[in-house]
Order: sequence, then structure tokens, then C-alpha cells
Amino acid sequence: MIETKDLTKIYQMGETEVRALDGASFRIEKGEMIAIMGPSGSGKSTLMSIIGCLDAPTSGSYTIDGVSVENMDETKLAEVRGRKIGFVFQQFNLLARTSALENVMLPLTYAGIAGKEREARARKSLERVGLGARTHHAPNELSGGQQQRVAIARALVNEPAILLADEPTGALDSKTGVEIMDLFQTLHRETGQTVILVTHDAYVARHTNRIIKLADGKIVSDEVNANPIKAGAPRVEV
Amino acid sequence: MLFSENVKIALRALQANKMRSVLTMLGIVIGVATVVALLSIGQGATASITSSIESGGSNLLTVAPGKMQTGMSSMGQSRQVSHLYYSDYQALERILTQNIAYIVPVYQSSYMVKFGDESFTANISGVVAEHKDVRSFNIAAGRFISDGDNKAGSPVAVLGDQMAQDLFGELYPVGKTISINGVKFQVVGVLEAKGSSLGSPDDLVFIPLETGYNKLFGETANYNGKKTVSNILVSVSDSTKNDAVSSEVEFVLRRMHNITGAEEVDFYVLSQSDTLKTLSTVTQTLTIFLGAIAGISLLVGGIGIMNIMLVSVTERTKEIGLRKAVGATRNQILTQFLIETVTLSVLGGVIGILMGVGIATLFKMTGMISSVITASSILLAFTFALAIGVFFGLYPAFRAANLHPMEALRYE
Ligand SMILES: Nc1ncnc2c1ncn2[C@@H]1O[C@H](COP(=O)(O)OP(=O)(O)O)[C@@H](O)[C@H]1O
Ligand SMILES: [Mg+2]
Repeated sequence: MIETKDLTKIYQMGETEVRALDGASFRIEKGEMIAIMGPSGSGKSTLMSIIGCLDAPTSGSYTIDGVSVENMDETKLAEVRGRKIGFVFQQFNLLARTSALENVMLPLTYAGIAGKEREARARKSLERVGLGARTHHAPNELSGGQQQRVAIARALVNEPAILLADEPTGALDSKTGVEIMDLFQTLHRETGQTVILVTHDAYVARHTNRIIKLADGKIVSDEVNANPIKAGAPRVEV
Repeated sequence: MLFSENVKIALRALQANKMRSVLTMLGIVIGVATVVALLSIGQGATASITSSIESGGSNLLTVAPGKMQTGMSSMGQSRQVSHLYYSDYQALERILTQNIAYIVPVYQSSYMVKFGDESFTANISGVVAEHKDVRSFNIAAGRFISDGDNKAGSPVAVLGDQMAQDLFGELYPVGKTISINGVKFQVVGVLEAKGSSLGSPDDLVFIPLETGYNKLFGETANYNGKKTVSNILVSVSDSTKNDAVSSEVEFVLRRMHNITGAEEVDFYVLSQSDTLKTLSTVTQTLTIFLGAIAGISLLVGGIGIMNIMLVSVTERTKEIGLRKAVGATRNQILTQFLIETVTLSVLGGVIGILMGVGIATLFKMTGMISSVITASSILLAFTFALAIGVFFGLYPAFRAANLHPMEALRYE
């Protein structure tokens, strides 16, 4: 469960200040699948970095499972990132010259899990994203969609409560993007994890059950999407 | 997180940029190799000087004319030439009895030595029979100068090993007649080689001191109508008594030379251990100096490592951000980068040690320079390499650890 109140993030650019987030308040329940939508520069990535404990807000409060993040030190924040949150990025951010399996093992390594258990869990995670046969391929030997699947496997491997994806289909062609959305929907259905998708694409957003719209750092709408698109169904523009 | 895990990550990162890693390591390799090689050579010099002095006997006092030079103040001033006399030797021989094994006079000068077509200048030592025992000479052929030779003033000579070879080549020297400054001497013995130790007799010619005074040295061995000697050697029976005997010698010679207690003496008494101390200070200074030069090259290598690590941290900013996003703590990143630098420097250190040992061994094998490889110099070089890795690795590692996770992820 995530709750924010008046989240504000101000970047100081010399004389001018940029209000990347301007008083965002919302609450996301455990197990929701939600999209944060808005045009480029509206503050989506900033919001995601705060939710993911990668950055601290300039003001406002943020609690995760009832625990306030403001009072956590660096080490504690790293632990939250490692155990509660799984990140998926637009550019995949896989380690180069490193096999899919080892990329997926990385979060476990930092969590102090080693040996057979680590490998077994990483393999299982890769199987879940449909890459059980590609464990020893390095990123440059995989397609974009496959790379994003490795990144999703990496995000899943610690069994985090929250899956945070920032433009996960942004670097993929539309067909592959749909496959990735299908994967997110399946994972959400099977695990009941909270899935937060950040996107500028309304079509992608409509695959979720709730859409928060951002503009200039402010929440302009927060609506339930009663009829989410089932990934793979023919694309209909509205 | 396990240490071995960190080492694996470090090795992988170094492998990813093989050429760069090797070039970076080269600085440390060269530095460490230089340290090991130079220390080995320095210690080799110390050891060979020490052994050459010790082979001369540690309980031998040498009395020589002249003033102990202290500092630079006396440089350039004309100094009265001082002498030791045969009568000084006689007085010492008569008065000193305790803790004395031998007291012998020596007169040494250089003359033209000739046999057949061979002729060259050599040092001629006028000695007494006990000289052989004082210097622990071994006879290779014939015999040494005897008391009888001295009493009779016989024209006989004993040759050092090298001298015998130079004069006679393959011929057997004993029984042959050589000429020294035109005076005929019969060779009665040859000494065993003693090697290149200090005061080695190998290229000397020994003759009876009496014969020298009568037939060879002439007026040069005379001052104020008294016979002079070059040195008086005092062999102390117990080397712990060196200092006591040394001051007795001084006491007697002051009286002989009419020098009161306040005046500076015109002779000096040198023990082998004094020489050893002086020379080992010199070689130690040399060793430290060489080590310091090598240390500077290590330092330069360390700066090279730091430079490359800083570049590497910048290049891998996004990777560091990702590692933090998946749960790496500040300390884990710090350790990872520190281990990477230390791996570089230690690997370079090990290669450098092998190379240094190789260079030192090569020097030894060619016989150009003596070298002694000690565990302590290897340990020193290794510790230094490790310390350099830690020292120059800390700053880049802190830079990496302190990166802001989000800014690192956004870095292009
Ligand atoms: N580190 C930063 N320094 C200054 N301005 C920033 C920084 N990060 C983001 N911004 C600004 O904050 C605003 C929101 O950025 P961002 O959250 O990345 O938007 P989005 O992900 O919706 O495109 C933009 O105007 C961007 O230029
Ligand atoms: Mg963005």
C-alpha cells in the first residue's frame, strides 16, 4: 500500500526552479494495476523515482506499507529498493556482456542470496517471462522484447510487492509492446503484485484498471478504467 | 554479500576493458619490479661488502698514519704528512701483552715487477712471518715468508694467486727468479686465491720486511733517520676487547709521538667493525635511496590507477544507478570499486614481483651485480602495491558509492 501527500519535487536550474512535481496526493492499494499517464515532461519519471525510493521529494510525505520513507537512511532505502520494489526501465538497463541469468541474479546478490538458491530463483524468474531457454545469452544476443523480458525477470526475482515500470514499451515496436503488456497483465493476475505503469501512451495506459493523469507535475485526473484492454485484442483507437 | 562475489564482479569489470586494465596495471608492474630489483641489488651490495670485510677478520685493528678526517673543514688545507715508525711497532710489541694474538708491521709500496717478457707495476708488501696468520692466508704452493728470511734479509718473494698467474701463466712459479725494481727475488711460495674481498692478497707480492728495507725501499722508508711502516696490524685475541686494545694502542703511540691528551693524534686505529659500520651505512643509504626512486614510480602508477578508475566510474554511472536500483547499498558499491582497484594493483604487484625477481636473478647470473632477493623486500613491495590500491582506490570508490541513484540512472 502506497500513500503520498502533497509530493513536490523542485529542481533548481541555476536561477530558475523547475517544479517537476507540484503537490501530488494519491493512494494505491495493494494488488492494483495502475497507469500514471501524461505528456513528456509532466513529471512521471520523477514521481516514479520517488515511489521507487530512488529519490526524495522536496516536500510532502510518502509512506510505503505504512512506513514513512522520509526517515530512512541510505542503507534502509537500498533495502526497500531491493526487497519491495522491482524496476523496469524504458532502456532495459541490463549489464552488458553479462548473461541473462546473471543479470537476473543481480538483485539476489545484493540481497545476500548466493549459490544454488540464487541460480534456481533466477532461472524460475526467466521461465516466468518465457525466456527459460535463453539464460546464457548476453543482452546483445537478444531482441529488444527479449531484453525487456530479462529486465522484467530481474524485477520479479526478489518477489517485490510493487512492480514499477517506466515506459516499458517505449523502446519497442507496437507488436512487441503488446506482448510485454500481455506479460504484465498475466503477472498481475497470477501474483497479485501491485503494478504501476508509467506511460505517455493512452493506449498502453488503458491496459490497466486505473489511470492517474499528470500535467505539469499536478494530478489532473484519477479515474477507474472499468474496461481495461486485454493485451493482444485488436487495437481500437477512440 | 560475499567477498568472493565482489572479486568476481571486479574481475569481470577488469576483463570488460582488458587493454585498459593491462595498461593501467603496467604502472604498478614497473614500479613494483623496480622496487624489488633495486632493493635486491642494494642488499646484494651490502651483503658482498659485509662478507668481504668479515673475511678480513673481525678482530683485526689497523693502525695507519694520518688524522681521522672529520667533516669537510680540513679539505683543501695542506696537512703535515705523518708517519708510523718501525720503533712504534717495537714499542707496541713490547708494551702490549694482554688480549693480543699478533702485532705485525707492514711496509707497502709499488714497483715494477718483471719475469721474462712480462712486466707491470705491482704492490709490494714487506711483511714478517706472522703476517700469514694475522690475515689467515692459505698457501697454495711452496711456503710463506719465514723468520729466517727476515733475519737473513733473503731475497725471496711470495705471490698472490692473481699475481702468480699474471707473471707465470701456466708455469710453476716456485723456484723461479723475478725482478722487482731491478732487484732479483726468488719465488718461494704462492697464496691461495681469496677472491675480491677487501684487502685481498691476490695481486700482491710479499717479501721479507728486512729485505725490503735493505734492498728495495731505500730512502722512501726513512724519515728523520728512522724506518717507517705503512701500517701496524694488531690481531686481538678476543674481539670483545677491540675497544680496550684500541685505546691502549693510542696511549702507547701518543707517548711515542709526544702527543699530549688535548692534541689531535696523527695516526688512527681502525677496527674491521668500524669499517663495516661505515660501509653498511653507505650501502643502507644507497638501498633506501634506490627504494625511494622505485617508490616514486609506484606512486605514479597509483595515480594512473586512480585516474583510470575515475574514468571508469564516470563511464559506468548508469550501471551504478542500476545496481543501486536493484538494492545495492552504498557500502556494497564502495567495496566493489575498491576491490576492483586493489585487484588491479595486487595483480600488478604480483607480476611486478615476479619480474623484479627475474631481473635481480638475471643480474646475479651474468655476474655483473650481486643481488640478494629477500622475503622482506618482496613483502615490502607487495604491501606497497596493496596500500597503493587501497589509497588510490578510495576516492573513486567513494565517488561511485555517493552517486545519487536517480541522477545516475538518468545519466547519459
Ligand atoms: N535532474 C533534473 N534537473 C533538472 N530538471 C529536471 C531533472 N530531472 C527532471 N527534470 C525536469 O522535471 C520535469 C519532469 O521530468 P520527468 O519526471 O522526467 O518527466 P516525464 O518522465 O514525465 O517525461 C521536466 O521538465 C524535466 O526537465
Ligand atoms: Mg520519463
